[in-house]
Amino acid sequence: MYGLGIVKGLIVTLKNFVRKPSTISYPEQRAPQHSRFRGEEFVWYEERCTGCASCAKFCPLGIIHIVTSPSDENIPEGGSYKLEAFDIDIARCMFCGFCVEVCPYDALFMGSGFEQAQYSRQDLVLDKIKDQKEGKNKSPSTWFRPQLENQKYIPHSGKEMEWDSAGREEWDYHPTNRPKRNLLAWQNKNFKNKGKN
Amino acid sequence: MLSDNLWFHNIYCFLYTGDTAISGCSDAIGLLPESANWMPYYIAGFSMVLVLINIFMIFGALYTYAERRLIGRFQSRLGPNRAGPFGILQPVADGIKLLTKESMIPDTADKPVYNLAPVIMLVPVILVVAVLPVGEGTFMTDLNVSLLFAISITALTTIAIFMAGFSTGNRFAMLGAMRAVAQLISYEVPVVLSTVGIILLTGSLSLVDMVEAQTVPFILVQPLAFLIFIIGSSAEMNRTPFDVVEAESEIIAGYHTEYGGMRFAMIQLAEYASVLVNSAIITTLFLSGWDGPVSFIPSPIWFLLKMFFMAFCFIWIRATLPRLRMDQIMSFAWKFLLPLSLLNIFVTASEVLYFGVNGLFTQNDLWIMSLINFGVAILGIVIFTKVMEIGTDSNNKYKYPV
Repeated sequence: MYGLGIVKGLIVTLKNFVRKPSTISYPEQRAPQHSRFRGEEFVWYEERCTGCASCAKFCPLGIIHIVTSPSDENIPEGGSYKLEAFDIDIARCMFCGFCVEVCPYDALFMGSGFEQAQYSRQDLVLDKIKDQKEGKNKSPSTWFRPQLENQKYIPHSGKEMEWDSAGREEWDYHPTNRPKRNLLAWQNKNFKNKGKN
Repeated sequence: MLSDNLWFHNIYCFLYTGDTAISGCSDAIGLLPESANWMPYYIAGFSMVLVLINIFMIFGALYTYAERRLIGRFQSRLGPNRAGPFGILQPVADGIKLLTKESMIPDTADKPVYNLAPVIMLVPVILVVAVLPVGEGTFMTDLNVSLLFAISITALTTIAIFMAGFSTGNRFAMLGAMRAVAQLISYEVPVVLSTVGIILLTGSLSLVDMVEAQTVPFILVQPLAFLIFIIGSSAEMNRTPFDVVEAESEIIAGYHTEYGGMRFAMIQLAEYASVLVNSAIITTLFLSGWDGPVSFIPSPIWFLLKMFFMAFCFIWIRATLPRLRMDQIMSFAWKFLLPLSLLNIFVTASEVLYFGVNGLFTQNDLWIMSLINFGVAILGIVIFTKVMEIGTDSNNKYKYPV
């Protein structure tokens, strides 16, 4: 009444005017991003992958394409297939992360980037074997990988994560070092008082 | 007349040689040969016209940038910051874009009127600059009716807007034009009546005399008139609380819906320059014009600072207030502003009769009048809000702040 509402409104806008704008100018500045961000570029370590194709089987959209052949090494247990193709079509990916969850050997990780715009759909198919050979894209997201967070790894810091430190430390995958299958003892050892992770 | 105008006088005497008795130049330097003594008059006059008009036009263009940027800040955004440092070249980019656009005329348009409307819109804005006292002795002319001139010339904008809306042959433009005529003519009345108090105090219609009379800034002596003037002039500029003329959510862009390219640029330039010109008039009438508390800062700088402050206030109001409905706008003008401006005239006239000795007021008189007028302003606003039921919707009795 009596125009006092206008004065109140003017004060509100003046407060907005004085404070720092909440917008950031994107290409120069970036909004803070969580390390568990499920990014577009999947990170895959050929050294850890056995070619079991769990990821391809669990993918709800069937966009992971794996071609394997028997490896030349004659290792009866815990050996790996020879991988001929490992492609992920992120044009159709919905980033549910099932492939990362099911990977028994911690070979597949979500990426941390989001600027994967391409001019053609074909460019959106990630050829992971080629990427691995070129040695690019080794900053995995820590989503579903508590061991990375335990190492205080931050994917946006520019540091790369090598394959040998990316796995769960308690579990050595090499067949000769595999622990005996005393599941209860193993659970007691590994998961007691670790619920916070 | 010429000796009042320092700028003109200085340039004229700088160039003039010959008989100093005729020209009034006691300190003539004489750059031009004596045979060219007819030239300094034109050169001095033309330089003033060029500089003053271009100042307002360039600041008008920069004002578009300032408005977008400041409204961004008011809304907690950044505003345009890509073109040049801090986006300062944004008006240049906009200008180049608009000037290189195809000149489209709709088939339904009345072509001569359609082409003429943007020009007629820009002309009054430039004409008003002629009477603005930008600094001490820095004005193009000191008409003895310059306030009347300024008010009547700015009223020409109504005709330009109606021409633009009517000639386009577009229904949205027509709606905008009709709204413009209704609104602008209604608000012309309280605006003119609110200046009567100042005319009574100064006893002159000349803007220069008004600035010189302001030993106390008239915003303190005439608070009610200032309020009415600022509301009325923001309605005449079609700015936000009263921008039904170009309400983009109702009637696309109102009267300039079908305009594009250079014509649109001219309309925009006229609108934004008119904000600056209106701020300049408010500065002259209410904020004691070029007169500043500190004398080592030159008077034009004081004037520009006050003018920019008023322009900032207009941006601030635009960033804050939502648009009013048409009937609210009309009832606000006729039921609220008009009686208040009449009350202001009555009170000021009584004070002039009581205090005025030969139409002159001491500073003490003005301070006492200021106290009385503040009381009258508050009482008047409270009483007229109650009596005229401003802020009450007659249809559903829903109350909202005015």
